[in-house]
Amino acid sequence: MTEWPLLSLLVWLPIAGAVALVALGERQPALVRPLALMSTLLALVLSLVLWAGFDAGTAAMQFEERVVWIAAFDVHYHLGIDGLSLPLILLTALIGVLVVIGGWTISDRPHLYLAAFLVLQGLMTGMFAALDALLFYVFFEAMLVPMFLIIGIWGGPNRIYATIKFFLFTFFGSVFMLIALIWMYLQGSSFAILDLHQLPLALPAQIWIFLAFLIAFAVKVPMWPVHTWLPDAHVEAPTGGSVVLAAIMLKIGGYGLVRLALPIVPDAAAALDWLVIGLSLVAIAYIGFVALAQSDMKKLIAYSSISHMGFVTLGLFLAFAILRNTGEVTGAGLGISGAMVQMISHGFISGAMFLAVGVLYDRVHSREIADYGGVANTMPWFAVFAVLFFMANSGLPGTSGFVGEFMVILAAFHANPWFAFVAGTTLLLGAAYSLWLVKRVFYGEVANSAVAGLKDLTRREWIMMVSLALMVLAVGVWPWPLIHMMEASIQNLVEHIVTSKLPG
Amino acid sequence: MTLAELNLALPEIFVLSAACVVMLADLFISDERRGLTHLLAVLTLVFASILTLRVMLPPGEVLHAFSGTFVRDRFGDVLKVFSYLTLAAVFVYAKHYLRRFGLFKGEFYTLSLFALLGIMVMISSASMITVYLGLELLALSTYALVALDRDSRFGSEAAMKYFILGSLASGLLLYGMSLIYGATGSLELAVISQSLAAGVGDSMLLTFGLVFVVTGIAFKLGAVPFHMWVPDVYHGAPLAITLFIASVPKLAGLALAIRLLDNGLIGLHQDWQGMLVVLAALSLVLGNLLAIAQDNIKRMLAYSTIAHMGFMLLGILAGTPEGYAAAMFYAIAYAIMSAGAFAVVILVSSGDREADRLDDYKGLARRNPWHAFLMLMILFSLAGIPVFLGFFAKWQVIAASLQAGFVGLSVLAVLSAVVGAYYYLRIVKLMYFDAPEDSAPIPAPVDFRAMLSINGLAVLALGVFSGGLISLCVSAFA
Repeated sequence: MTEWPLLSLLVWLPIAGAVALVALGERQPALVRPLALMSTLLALVLSLVLWAGFDAGTAAMQFEERVVWIAAFDVHYHLGIDGLSLPLILLTALIGVLVVIGGWTISDRPHLYLAAFLVLQGLMTGMFAALDALLFYVFFEAMLVPMFLIIGIWGGPNRIYATIKFFLFTFFGSVFMLIALIWMYLQGSSFAILDLHQLPLALPAQIWIFLAFLIAFAVKVPMWPVHTWLPDAHVEAPTGGSVVLAAIMLKIGGYGLVRLALPIVPDAAAALDWLVIGLSLVAIAYIGFVALAQSDMKKLIAYSSISHMGFVTLGLFLAFAILRNTGEVTGAGLGISGAMVQMISHGFISGAMFLAVGVLYDRVHSREIADYGGVANTMPWFAVFAVLFFMANSGLPGTSGFVGEFMVILAAFHANPWFAFVAGTTLLLGAAYSLWLVKRVFYGEVANSAVAGLKDLTRREWIMMVSLALMVLAVGVWPWPLIHMMEASIQNLVEHIVTSKLPG
Repeated sequence: MTLAELNLALPEIFVLSAACVVMLADLFISDERRGLTHLLAVLTLVFASILTLRVMLPPGEVLHAFSGTFVRDRFGDVLKVFSYLTLAAVFVYAKHYLRRFGLFKGEFYTLSLFALLGIMVMISSASMITVYLGLELLALSTYALVALDRDSRFGSEAAMKYFILGSLASGLLLYGMSLIYGATGSLELAVISQSLAAGVGDSMLLTFGLVFVVTGIAFKLGAVPFHMWVPDVYHGAPLAITLFIASVPKLAGLALAIRLLDNGLIGLHQDWQGMLVVLAALSLVLGNLLAIAQDNIKRMLAYSTIAHMGFMLLGILAGTPEGYAAAMFYAIAYAIMSAGAFAVVILVSSGDREADRLDDYKGLARRNPWHAFLMLMILFSLAGIPVFLGFFAKWQVIAASLQAGFVGLSVLAVLSAVVGAYYYLRIVKLMYFDAPEDSAPIPAPVDFRAMLSINGLAVLALGVFSGGLISLCVSAFA
């Protein structure tokens, strides 16, 4: 069998779909939604083919494609995946389908709305697969454009402030990374990420580069204190925008740290792990309290996302503390695995929660918790799913939310029991804000006439809820396929970061 | 003067003759058939392109002519071809505007072609005299163009300001040249370069002359603190002329800087590098900050030009072939983007006045979705967002300045790009997020629309496939 350029197809197929949508849109409005759905379904199938052909036994890059792009600077269009990027590509493909289904009812220029999402999906996939630093940066930045438009055109009342803030925050962070990447190119004459992994760098240079990466990715994750764009963006974005933002775009920060920051500047990461661990713990505990105080459902989920993403950064950088304290390579791997599982799990759960809020918002046009009450009486099936997702968010065993958090907390014990103690507060806080929201929105008496008139899930919404519920439960009950997929790559990463890159 | 020498200058000779032909022919063309003048002018550019491309020099080959006053090399050839292309786009855009505002006269074409000739002479100059000749030809034509609408108070005021300040700058440049001539005893750039390498000349005198030369260049580029004329001229000139000033002469500005500073004064690199660092830093910061405060799009784009010239200086100040190639890419990219942006301003000027208020762009995405999308790409490109052309330009000049060791300046540059992104986003916001006041689509002639589509798509295509243009620019300095 001749090799199909599967990764390129995954990147460019949705973008081609978007072009077709824009071209057709005005003339054939009936074709718009089926065409968008077809593109994303095809991408999902392709991503499953990718999974089927993926060899989990090796940490080497697979499905590589490499073409010269800019000869003068030795830049290549170089794609390839390993165990760290595959799960995120699968997640992107799945969420892509759900977003199209979720956006079925958009009435204002639906062809542009769906086209923007398709472009976004292609760019995100490209970023997860990029093995050339400049290509990575191009995808990383280019995805700001569709997201900027999605929030700005189809968002809520305060959308303009939110979307400009989102754009400028991310842009601000990433320009430092650009400087760092170019600087490293001038040292090593290569933009290939795998070459950069091997580039020897002195500690002061590593520290600067690490800080540049940290600013870029911390904004994206987002870490406290550069998280303030996220609640605004989430609240104002249309449902689909919130879902993509929470489920995938936040993972880009974590992925960037794993793909670039840790392996390129391991010594600086080890020297500054206290900084990231400290910020992560603040995010986990403090932002948890902030979430508790929210009266807007989307805002609550946004803060919960920040708190949960704190686990990702914590897990990644615990590895250094564990290696320093105990020298246990398995313990270090546990933290990173936990972080990765947490990313995937949070992708499902946060996406599901935003879709659930979207279901309510479509009917009542309010995100205020106070406007609801007793929804379980009128929408029993919806309540089943929503309660499951919010339970999963609070880390209920048997759901995916438990696995990642448990692994990270376990790793935290290896590093320092106090870290584990602070991180453990999330079990309490997460349960508190999630369940309190469930209580106020779903249980009790039917609060008002709007709630009394609610209709239960439509078939379209059933599909979204069921597929995400299955994923949440599957990863929760049987996380092995996911962990197995990443094992070799994480092992390789840990071995790489224990080796100093200091010259001489 | 041999035939071979004349052959080298064939494009210049052709453009000069064609400009005269257009001037004379236009006298016999009635107002209704003015399109013929337009056609003649565009044909001139087409033939000039053919003449230049026919003997495009291979990388590294340099031919001198006319006693060392004229040079033909790949850098010049590439730059000239892009000048023709940009000017052709300007002609197409301008026709629509000039017709609408009753300014459709032959003078526009004659003066523009003479300005082009000035640009070509500057690009091909190998002596300070030729530089000055080209510069003055360009400048005088431009002064007259700014005053094209002689009944407009703003136009006359702008032309007067431009004339006075431009003459001052020319004077400064000329004074600097005379000092350098005094120190080295030659006007020929190659000879000056050799003298400097041999250590000829009083260093005090040379540095003194250099200051004036750099000032003159900065003036022509519109770099801070010699930028005062830029917003006023952009604002006061008729839109078609602003479009011209904002695109083609930027290529000449690059040629001016590279011919004088590199071909002639590379021996003083240490000195002029420091000056360019200050000019670049100030232009980047002030240009972007002041652009935010504007509510007139012409002024906003004028301040944005200042910032972009700061970026271009980042490439020049490195003083390396890579740096020059990056600056050249930047100038070409900027000319393309700037022409497209002003074309959209012309498009929106559908009423009885120019659409220079930002509010005129409200809801453009609903009125003309395709044109708004083109403008969106141009604006993101100007802001330096991948995968558009402007990103690759910024990336290269930053690489050049990092390579020259200016990490702080590079950080300042990218931060100013973030500031700059804000005002470009503001136009995107107006076009896409706000509701239109008048929802009727804005009409435009078919050639205008076609050119704008090509221009906008070029911003995307030259970004996605930037390898070719980058290689071309690199080969110009091989």
